[in-house]
Amino acid sequence: MSIEAQTLHRETFILNLGPQHPATHGVLRIKLTLDGEYIENAEPVIGYGHRMHEKMGENRTYAKFLPNTARMDYVAAMFNTHGYVCAIERLAGITVPERADFIRVITAELNRVASHLLWVGAFLIDLGGFTPLLYTFDDREQILDLLEAVTGARLTFCYYRFGGVCNDIDDDFIAGTRKFVARLRSRMAMYHALITKNVIFRRRCENIGPISAEICRKYGATGPVIRGSGVAYDVRKAEPYSIYPRLDFNVPVYDQGDCMARYLVRMDEIVESLRIVEQALERLPSGPIMAEKVPRILKPPKGDCYFNVESARGSFGVRVISDGTDKAYRLKLRSPCFSNLSIFQECSRGMLLADALALLGTLDLVIPDIDR
Amino acid sequence: MIISHELVIGVVRLTLYVVGLIAFAAFNAAYLSLLERKAPAWFQLRYGPKEVGPFGLLQPVADGIKLLTKQLLVQEGADVLLFKLAPVMVIVPAIMCLAVIPFSETIGGRNINLGLLATFSFSAIHVLGTMLGGWASYNKYASIAAARVVAQNIAYEIPLLLVVVALVMVTHTFNLHEIVAQQAGAFWHWNILRLQASPLMPLAFLIFFTCMLAESNRAPFDMIEAESELVAGAFTEYSGMGFGIFFIAEYANIVVGCSLATVLFLGGWHCPFGLLPGLHWFLIKMYALCFAVIWVRWSFPRTQFYGLLNLSWKFLIPLAFIHLALTAVMLKLV
Repeated sequence: MSIEAQTLHRETFILNLGPQHPATHGVLRIKLTLDGEYIENAEPVIGYGHRMHEKMGENRTYAKFLPNTARMDYVAAMFNTHGYVCAIERLAGITVPERADFIRVITAELNRVASHLLWVGAFLIDLGGFTPLLYTFDDREQILDLLEAVTGARLTFCYYRFGGVCNDIDDDFIAGTRKFVARLRSRMAMYHALITKNVIFRRRCENIGPISAEICRKYGATGPVIRGSGVAYDVRKAEPYSIYPRLDFNVPVYDQGDCMARYLVRMDEIVESLRIVEQALERLPSGPIMAEKVPRILKPPKGDCYFNVESARGSFGVRVISDGTDKAYRLKLRSPCFSNLSIFQECSRGMLLADALALLGTLDLVIPDIDR
Repeated sequence: MIISHELVIGVVRLTLYVVGLIAFAAFNAAYLSLLERKAPAWFQLRYGPKEVGPFGLLQPVADGIKLLTKQLLVQEGADVLLFKLAPVMVIVPAIMCLAVIPFSETIGGRNINLGLLATFSFSAIHVLGTMLGGWASYNKYASIAAARVVAQNIAYEIPLLLVVVALVMVTHTFNLHEIVAQQAGAFWHWNILRLQASPLMPLAFLIFFTCMLAESNRAPFDMIEAESELVAGAFTEYSGMGFGIFFIAEYANIVVGCSLATVLFLGGWHCPFGLLPGLHWFLIKMYALCFAVIWVRWSFPRTQFYGLLNLSWKFLIPLAFIHLALTAVMLKLV
């Protein structure tokens, strides 16, 4: 043992970050073992908001579970509903009319933009910059207004139904969406000028919290997290569903794996989602918005089905096992946030507290999605 | 016992000064806090407080009443004496600093020959107050903040003092009143543009301003509060007026820092065009700087702690040394 090691008395202490803490965005608790401000171990403790959604899905009818889906990842509620209805439709063999599929993609992508805008603002708050949040919320507000007009909700949308959507979109929505797409495009330049090019922001993000593709693979991280680590995995391309194969869009990928890469992936995804919305609006066919002959009480035949959608946070999967009755025999929900959080323990080792919180911010966690 | 006439006048004057300074500090804290809410509201496309009084002008009064009526809780395990003493140790030095600052030719608490030295000696004490407050809180977040505040303030005191030493070499005096008197006239006579003394003078002002931000723990250097990391840092456990006094002290420190910057670099009470010198020019310059402090806070994210230390040790201190050496050489040559 060297002289330094003998004389230096090192002491660690445990800091409970959360369940109420400004940086954890909800009731997440992280048990930190700190050596000064360096993290020796960070153990996420989850379950404070557990509501047994899976069990609820097993003891109520399929349709009655629909509103629950919006209450898991409430920042991007469309995707949960999308995954769930698609799984049931596949199981019951329901074909969705084309117009409904287009409307689903338009609203889902708008929801993705809203979710990413909220993330940009919240992430900047994690870094101590308060002002951008108000700007991104201004834009997000426009999306919520548009979606409110067609879905009737601003956050916990329950818009998709087995076989289609419950409300048709009107000309006001189409005109409003076109206007919004143009507006947000022009505002992206401002965001890049004010946030991306800010010196302090770059210093806090570049080379901070690198996540390798290997770790993402090990823990099953998906979404912008894995795309920021150089893996072009996007469910919309890997296992195409709905009308995505017919649309032209790119999957932004950055190789660095640091906080900046994950930030840039999300910023680029906003632009790509706007492109998708625009294309879908252009090609929007007329026709019915609901499939015919969908029974009121759905009893899918016996079977087992897994359906995966690309949510704003990553791959959201639904597995339904039906025993032929009006309730699911087993419902399993794979939430992207749960897997994305699980990489935190390994990645944050040896980091400084402030940098680790920046890393935590870029994972874009919605705690009720983890706890379900 | 005979009480002399001078003694009575002296005591009365002293009392008036102290009361006046406390009132000035409190008034500034109240209305700078309102500005701190109104200005970002303007940056952020919202209204800010507007319900209490016309344009929300009575909001600070309402805030003050709220803080005064709340209990000062001392949590179990805390060092009660230090915990209660810390806010006092933060605010008193800030007010003491104001005592030697000349607001105009005639208005100023005390015109002493070592005014500059006095302000820097006093302003070093508030670090101790914040540290003790954090330490006495018996809270892990506060302890981390207490460790941070010491490292941060030591790092930034050095370039600050180096810049000031260079300035003293140029002005040959520690008397703040005299430093301002030397800058009489239009703006090219001010120290910030005294290029014949050192071509780096404008840079020296920027170093001073940056260090002043860090010294008063303002964003982007607000490491001791860092709400997204440390909840409320050293002030986590403070409630009611204990917190309120820290709050007032923060603004008093900003006022002191901006006043010093005005006195040392921006010509104090002199007009930029040589017209009508007086108190109003001092206040205009000082509040413009205060506004800049608020502007910076709401425009930038927070730096990392090591980034903050790197900035000081690897950039500001070498730069301040170069400035000092250059000033010395220039003085010898000219």
